[in-house]
Amino acid sequence: MNIEAIRALIRNDLRIYATDRRAIIIGILVPILIAAFFGYVFGGNGSAEPGRIPVALVDEDQSAVSRAIAADLEQDPLLAVQMLDRSQAAARVRAGKIQVAVVLPKNFAAEALRALLEGAAMPQVELMVDPSQAMSGRIVEGLLVQHGMREITRVAFTESAPMGLRGGLRVPYTLATTKITSAQHVPYNGYAHSFAGMTTQFILFAGIDAGVMLLLARERGIWQRLRSAPLRKSEFLLARSIATTLISLFQFALIYAAAILLFRVRIGGSVLGFAAVAVGLCLLNATFGLMLASIGRSPAATRGIAVLATLLLVMVGGAWVPSFVFPKWLQQASLAVPTRWAVDGLDAMTWRGLGLDAALGPVAVLGGSALLCLAVAIWRFRWEE
Amino acid sequence: MLQISHLKKRFGERVAVDDVSFEVPTGETVGLLGPNGAGKTTTLSMLSGISQPDDGTVSFQGQAVNRDANQLKRRVGLVPQDLALYDELSAWANLELFGGLYGMSGAPLAQRAAEALALVGLEDRRGDRVKEFSGGMKRRLNIAGALLHDPELVLLDEPTVGVDPQSRNAIFENLEELKRRGKTLVYTTHYMEEAERLCDRVVIIDHGKVIACDTVRGLYRRLPPSQVALLEFDGAPASDGLLTALAALPGISGVRRTDGGVRLETEDFGAHLARALEAVAAQGVRIASVQTGQVSLEDVFIALTGHALRDGAAARA
Repeated sequence: MNIEAIRALIRNDLRIYATDRRAIIIGILVPILIAAFFGYVFGGNGSAEPGRIPVALVDEDQSAVSRAIAADLEQDPLLAVQMLDRSQAAARVRAGKIQVAVVLPKNFAAEALRALLEGAAMPQVELMVDPSQAMSGRIVEGLLVQHGMREITRVAFTESAPMGLRGGLRVPYTLATTKITSAQHVPYNGYAHSFAGMTTQFILFAGIDAGVMLLLARERGIWQRLRSAPLRKSEFLLARSIATTLISLFQFALIYAAAILLFRVRIGGSVLGFAAVAVGLCLLNATFGLMLASIGRSPAATRGIAVLATLLLVMVGGAWVPSFVFPKWLQQASLAVPTRWAVDGLDAMTWRGLGLDAALGPVAVLGGSALLCLAVAIWRFRWEE
Repeated sequence: MLQISHLKKRFGERVAVDDVSFEVPTGETVGLLGPNGAGKTTTLSMLSGISQPDDGTVSFQGQAVNRDANQLKRRVGLVPQDLALYDELSAWANLELFGGLYGMSGAPLAQRAAEALALVGLEDRRGDRVKEFSGGMKRRLNIAGALLHDPELVLLDEPTVGVDPQSRNAIFENLEELKRRGKTLVYTTHYMEEAERLCDRVVIIDHGKVIACDTVRGLYRRLPPSQVALLEFDGAPASDGLLTALAALPGISGVRRTDGGVRLETEDFGAHLARALEAVAAQGVRIASVQTGQVSLEDVFIALTGHALRDGAAARA
């Protein structure tokens, strides 16, 4: 065995690795930061206050029992309860602002008491659930049983004269869960949300590639050819932005074509809104890549920083885990992250079935972020030498 | 007329170009000759408008090259030293891009691209991807890429670097054709024979400074008329003792050790070469071959700068 040759090759590889210190630091820092992020989100050392599930309570009964249940739910540390009417609650669930809406129907308390004590027909409590947050629905179901039983049995066994438990001790009402999708009889398609998240993520990865390619081009003769041509920085950056946007749109279109054809994802809302969100996302992607190329130094280090930034953007954007598991401050902070708006916008235009107006916010945020990235790119891009 | 006046460029503490001035009349070919790191490429970058000088001016046909040099850039073609091609695209697609950068499109671009490919002898390879080309073909396409907009001034940064002699000859023929068409060429190289073959005038640059600027004939006139002999030895390199002995011979004006022997300069070999051969034989050294010729630009360069043009390069007869 040629030990000297092996030793020389190993030494050479280590030397080459050591030449790009920035890349080394990034390679170590990225996993630490991602691990720290997930650790924090999933409880950390236990000191962080967990996020609350946003819940709407529609109290059509307005009885002492229903008000007591409402008070209990409001006190529950897992929930953030808003009192709304039925139509407001349904609209907010559809828009993704509220994950679960609980409707306590008229005569709920009286019918529940009769069902408990006399075995009469049980009232039905309606749960309107955001189907992309199914776990939240289950948690609210459990908490509703807990608080509902406590308040109804307290009334049954202390305030009313016990008449016996003809039906046995059981939950004196039924739960009817409705998944709020684009239309009443359209079932929820879980692929729609995951395609929104993953498309956003991989479109941004394409932006990283575009930026890194630009940095690599700077190291090649082609850069001198470009610079020797009668070309202004603004023209060059504009051309790159448009090209990357078109490539991203092509990628986006094929991904969603597969989603629609193979996974039955439907654009249940505004097609124009869907297209506008797609263009906004692809514009952001293009200018994000340019910004990376303008502030990055070595291609390897830039790729590392960009991957970290993208992963954080999509994680905070809720593409990987539901945002309700985040601490409250992070849920608020995620509203400043354009990927959150991209995912929300795509959700809104697909399975939520919302109209064009629901796309305006995401499009504005994506467009504004793209302009910001472009401004940084124009400011920092090294054109003169 | 290309006019370069007191050009200066600094990278941190290092002065890459230091007060460089010369002129290139229209239609003339001027060679920038110097070793690697002499400042040739940096000078060319400033001539093409890619980089801005810290001091000094460049103008072409009376138009200054400044930060907004786009009008001037339309009249200049640059052939970068590093291949400026997209390997994954065809030759034609590359030329379409380069023409497009100068605002060309449609039939005029197609015509110019076809002419440029014909000039460099690649018209039958237009649809092939560049990565399938040989090194020499890539170099020729690299030149074609600078000609689409029919520039008046062509700046060539070591266009023959790394190519085989046959391809180099093909590139020379391309450049000679450009000369015939009246183009003004500025050509950087560290190959003496290229400068001698192609250039009307040579600017010798070393450590960022212009050492000399003259016609090839004018540069030769700076040395006393002499002939050279290259003696190749069969065995060990020339010893210091042998070099001293040869230098002491009457009529021998210069002695230099080469890779395989020695290089002698004299005004008249008829009178002095025999004595030199005897001196070598007296040292017990076998002579494998003897070549004679005239002094070259290499000798001029050494005389002007005190060192060889290429580190470790063998002197040529």
